[in-house]
Amino acid sequence: MGTVSAASAANKQEGAQSCSSGFAPAPAERVTLGALHFKEANEQVRQALDRVDDVALEDVRAQRYLGCALPAGKRLRIHGTPGNDLACFMDGGTVEVLGNAQDQVGNTMNAGEVIVHGRCGDAAGYAMRGGRVFIRDGCGWRAGIHMKAYDARQPVVVVGKDAGSFLGEYMAGGVFVVLGETGDYLARGMHGGVIYLKNPPRAGALSDEVVLSRVDDADLAVLAPLLAEYDRLFAAELGYRVSAEASEFFRVTPASSRPYASMYVR
Amino acid sequence: MQEVSFDATRVGGAPFGRGCGARQRSALGRAGCDRLCGAPIEARLREGAVRIPSGCAIAAIMDRSGARHDGSDIVKAIELMHDRSNGLGGGFAAYGIYPAYRELYAFHVMYESRDARAEVEAYLDTYFMCEKQERIPTEPVASIKNPPDLWRYFVAPHTMRLNMSGVDEAEYVMRHVVRINKNVDGAFVASSGKDMGAFKGVGYPEDIGAFYRLDEYRAWAWTAHGRFPTNTPGWWGGAHPFTLLNWSVVHNGEVSSYDANRRYVEQFGYSCELQTDTEVITYLFDLLCRRGGLSPEMAAHIMTAPSWDAIDRMPAEDAAFETALRTVYASALVNGPFSVILGSEEGILAINDRLKLRALMAGEKGSMVYLASEQAAIEAVCPDAENIRPIEGGEPFVVQLDEVARRQDDHGVWSSPRHAPLAHETGVLPRREEGRGL
Repeated sequence: MGTVSAASAANKQEGAQSCSSGFAPAPAERVTLGALHFKEANEQVRQALDRVDDVALEDVRAQRYLGCALPAGKRLRIHGTPGNDLACFMDGGTVEVLGNAQDQVGNTMNAGEVIVHGRCGDAAGYAMRGGRVFIRDGCGWRAGIHMKAYDARQPVVVVGKDAGSFLGEYMAGGVFVVLGETGDYLARGMHGGVIYLKNPPRAGALSDEVVLSRVDDADLAVLAPLLAEYDRLFAAELGYRVSAEASEFFRVTPASSRPYASMYVR
Repeated sequence: MQEVSFDATRVGGAPFGRGCGARQRSALGRAGCDRLCGAPIEARLREGAVRIPSGCAIAAIMDRSGARHDGSDIVKAIELMHDRSNGLGGGFAAYGIYPAYRELYAFHVMYESRDARAEVEAYLDTYFMCEKQERIPTEPVASIKNPPDLWRYFVAPHTMRLNMSGVDEAEYVMRHVVRINKNVDGAFVASSGKDMGAFKGVGYPEDIGAFYRLDEYRAWAWTAHGRFPTNTPGWWGGAHPFTLLNWSVVHNGEVSSYDANRRYVEQFGYSCELQTDTEVITYLFDLLCRRGGLSPEMAAHIMTAPSWDAIDRMPAEDAAFETALRTVYASALVNGPFSVILGSEEGILAINDRLKLRALMAGEKGSMVYLASEQAAIEAVCPDAENIRPIEGGEPFVVQLDEVARRQDDHGVWSSPRHAPLAHETGVLPRREEGRGL
């Protein structure tokens, strides 16, 4: 994983062979969460991460805030179903989920990478301001709500299957890629960033706050590496690749960076 | 209170907070704070006294084949979501638990005093015939403080009085239940359906489950609720599920259309005593289904009607139908964030608000169907559950008993009324059975 993003470039000790799909070296420590309360669970996880850089969590049952503020060079591998606010405020670490995730994955995340070998719930990438989230399958409603970007901090979310309604609501920056279908109220209130869609939006889903177009070369420079990374992570388990189709994507961008400029002050 | 509200929101973990904040203010500020700190509430406020804004955990387990299972799994599922509630309310509804008395109404009644019990029993003696009455067996649980005296009665309406009443049996039972809850101080009928019951109180749901010894009951459907009371303070009667006849409702959310819905159901004689969102949702289902003859699915559709924008995009015929529905049932539209599980004698129905501001997941395995606010709660009781998926906003998710589904196979999705709509009966003569004289 250390080679795939600037954010986790610090994660060198993992080496190039360290990857998500089963042939990663055994993590240095395992912590079994079971029915532990999230407070105690996070405490144990933090203690394990103080000792080693790579920790596997077993039998995870909805403990919240796992990977909260996880710094660069640290890595969690999660077996089971992590609770809400997975990788919230994450600051450069890597979280990999072998299964589904719940709501608000990557809430206000700064940097790092989340990889989910399954689907995730509502509001993935909520207020995310850096780092990357790769979801193999679909996501719930309001993914990418209020994502934002500043200079080099460009948050990225890639969703492999369908996304629910209100995708990219109030989106202010960053990149959101959907490989499946999207729902109603797409990009409502969007005023920054870009959404790439493999399939055209549902009829009536877009308002005139946003513009729909085909991707151009500048888009492909952003999109193609993300699709290649999605393939690298998931093609083996999915049995198909998506990166060849980059040029067929649609792009949704805001019509104005200040859509409400005239609403309150005239 | 502001800070406490924010805290609750953050700890809640559901998208966009738990709805704590707006409606309660100064008078309750202190009590609210104590609640979050786990200290006892100073003044015992009750439903009906005040409204505070909500978030919770809900879950359901149902066997479509009608086979019955004990309550240990539903307790396990709701226990996993412990932190979504705050110890001020937990409860369960169970269907199929009293097969020996399936023809009788099972009243679960909470008493705060001996006088209240005497008064209710005298009342029941007048209007019902009681086949059996007993204390509901409970187990002492350290965290469950000062439980009321809990009784159950298996009753049939008094035949003569029912005939004289001019209303049908269900309406008769409902009116008496409402009258007891409204008029008898210190008594509350927690459930009044056939072959079902509500087990609820103040405490974390897993403790309430242990208190009521739910592992000793077997039901084909269980629903559960862990409460984080917001619009109202928590007390035993106000815990969820709220029930009426065979309906039970567990609800996570905050109904912002509460007053519009309340005014609507009150026009039809319902009395919103508890001021909880759950109560008004239950009355809407009762009004639209039992009295209006609509299917629960149609009722749920009316309550989460498509937006006018969406209607504008529909084919003309659909648009006309939806426009008519929204016009006729304008005040039955429920707004605000909510996810609801309705239990009935036919099965369960789950519905999310049309903007999907609450999470609710479904999964299945064989004839078993699982619902929970969090996916992990399903996996806690069925690790190899299949087809795990979210309940979408405004799309009713209906699980019927196989037997009910077979009966309704001939009907389309939107036309499965269980009974013909009741004619408005005003006379004093008994209702005429078809093909039979008086």
